[in-house]
Amino acid sequence: MNHIVVAPVVLPLLSAAILLLLRHRPEAQRVLATASTALSLVFAIVLMARVAADGIQVVQLGAWSAPFGISFVADHLSAVMVLITAVMALASAVYALRDMDADREAAGFHPLFQALLVGVNGAFLTGDLFNLFVWFEVMLISSFVLLTLGSRRAQLEGGIKYVAVNLLSSMLFLAAIGLVYGLTGTLNLADLAVALPQHDPGLVTTIAMLFMVAFGIKAAVFPLFFWLPASYHTPPIAISAFFGGLLTKVGVYALIRVFTLLFVADIGYTHTILLWVGAFTMVTGVITAAAQNDVRKILSFHIISQIGYMIMGLALYTPLALAGAVFYLIHVTIAKANLFLIAGIARRLAGSFDLNRIGGLYRGAPFLSALFLVAALGLAGIPPLSGFWAKLLVVLAALQAEVWWIAAVALGVGLFTLFSMVKIWQYAYWKPAPEDRALAAAPSAFLYAPVVGLAALTLLLGLWSTPLIAIGDAAAAELLDPSRYVAAVLGPEAAAALGGSPLTGSEVGP
Amino acid sequence: MEVPFALMVGTLFASGLYLMMQRNLLRFAFGLLILSGSVNVLVFTAGRLTRGAPPIIPDGLTVPAGDVANALPQAVVLTAIVIGFGLIAFTLVLLLRVYERLGTVKTDELGAALAQHDDEDEG
Repeated sequence: MNHIVVAPVVLPLLSAAILLLLRHRPEAQRVLATASTALSLVFAIVLMARVAADGIQVVQLGAWSAPFGISFVADHLSAVMVLITAVMALASAVYALRDMDADREAAGFHPLFQALLVGVNGAFLTGDLFNLFVWFEVMLISSFVLLTLGSRRAQLEGGIKYVAVNLLSSMLFLAAIGLVYGLTGTLNLADLAVALPQHDPGLVTTIAMLFMVAFGIKAAVFPLFFWLPASYHTPPIAISAFFGGLLTKVGVYALIRVFTLLFVADIGYTHTILLWVGAFTMVTGVITAAAQNDVRKILSFHIISQIGYMIMGLALYTPLALAGAVFYLIHVTIAKANLFLIAGIARRLAGSFDLNRIGGLYRGAPFLSALFLVAALGLAGIPPLSGFWAKLLVVLAALQAEVWWIAAVALGVGLFTLFSMVKIWQYAYWKPAPEDRALAAAPSAFLYAPVVGLAALTLLLGLWSTPLIAIGDAAAAELLDPSRYVAAVLGPEAAAALGGSPLTGSEVGP
Repeated sequence: MEVPFALMVGTLFASGLYLMMQRNLLRFAFGLLILSGSVNVLVFTAGRLTRGAPPIIPDGLTVPAGDVANALPQAVVLTAIVIGFGLIAFTLVLLLRVYERLGTVKTDELGAALAQHDDEDEG
């Protein structure tokens, strides 16, 4: 059995259990939680290397052969998502060592964070639709508790909206699963890829729309995004950063997975809707961000705006566009989480998240200012930082596909992103502090370490983008040719059926 | 047999969604409860209904004799019920905390209640 494929799920599950037993020993919890997230980064790197060298990795859990058991599948997209999860988890865990207060630690922050990682990694790796629902719920319930942990009034008020909308999305997801099962009699993703083309395209597209809404809520796309800016700014920064960087990307991952593997029967319909959704997501996110004055709210609206670029990559559905979407996922996760972490340090120095009440950070904290510039200009897509390549790939894909208007929208939104970042720079860093309030003493190196690390990654991915573009290309090639996924899970005969021969098609399936 | 079940699912969906659109969050929770139940019935019905044929393989055989009920949707629904139970339990506790800390469970009063307590230390 190929143990490395399940390691990213098993490791945090084990450490969550042990952390629960250690709940009266916060020091031991901190050491174990950090060690466990560091080890999961090692596992994620090994998994990525294995997938890059040997192609799609599959485990049939309990040795029940697909499609009867549950398969775990790591292709390039899954592996790179697991890798970025591990990077973000380590950054947030190290930051939380100094950011998390004692009562939240006593209430179970560390085991909950590991449980969140279990859900996220499970969602990336599973090859079964109902199992994907279960991992989503593991992730959701952990995120509910993390978001409201501490029970501050603002957290509760935001938490209600987050919980309500996400539960509705889960119900729609489960209903869609039931309908897919009723139609095809299978839940294995590879088996569904074989079975769905043999059914009435009208029915399949109807179910596809239900999935689009369910995952669209999780991914916070237009017009389903309003829960995100209402809640993401309320918990402590270490949690906000992980949520803002990674959690919506699980929804994007699910959209990419089902709209490349399962629902490709009527691309002219579904992917055109996705293209418009992407455009509106980009524009509304960036325009609403301009009206905000709380740094965390500006960043929250920019999360939405950036999601639009990835949806656009998926909607264009060309090799270059999908490679760009994958590159964008990695780039924006790093840059966005880093901006949250930097905002957290800035608040410790200047005393507020409100742009009107702070200032003078450039004079008082030049090193932090430099880190902010790397992350902010990276997000806006200024060369030579990672955002430049991410935007270049998706815009180039739009031009090649001759969808001129979406390329224009993407470039315009990039300009507005720069405007928002310049606004934060002007207010928080450049203008003198109001009433010449002195900055607080420089915070602990534990807060700076993850920020420096993530800023270095943004710079590195900009200067040396070839490896990630290669991963993106490989992921796009796999996504556009579902027969490779099917062959890895069900064997080459099933994949041959997907090639379009209706005679062999009836022999496969459950 | 499927048609009355489909009608029931539709009715329950409508009632659940109607309750979820109310301003009172307790009604929202009840709506969620109904919606969660109706989705479970949907999944169950989608797996085709069979009466009085448990999926049990008789002694001496390796496959069941004749048509039996589909066990997979039952397993799926069982899992979904457990998950739904956990989620609804959490939602109710969250509502209780909201009522304790903010003094209301009406969505249109939450914002004002929050503004009243704006002086609370964040973080």
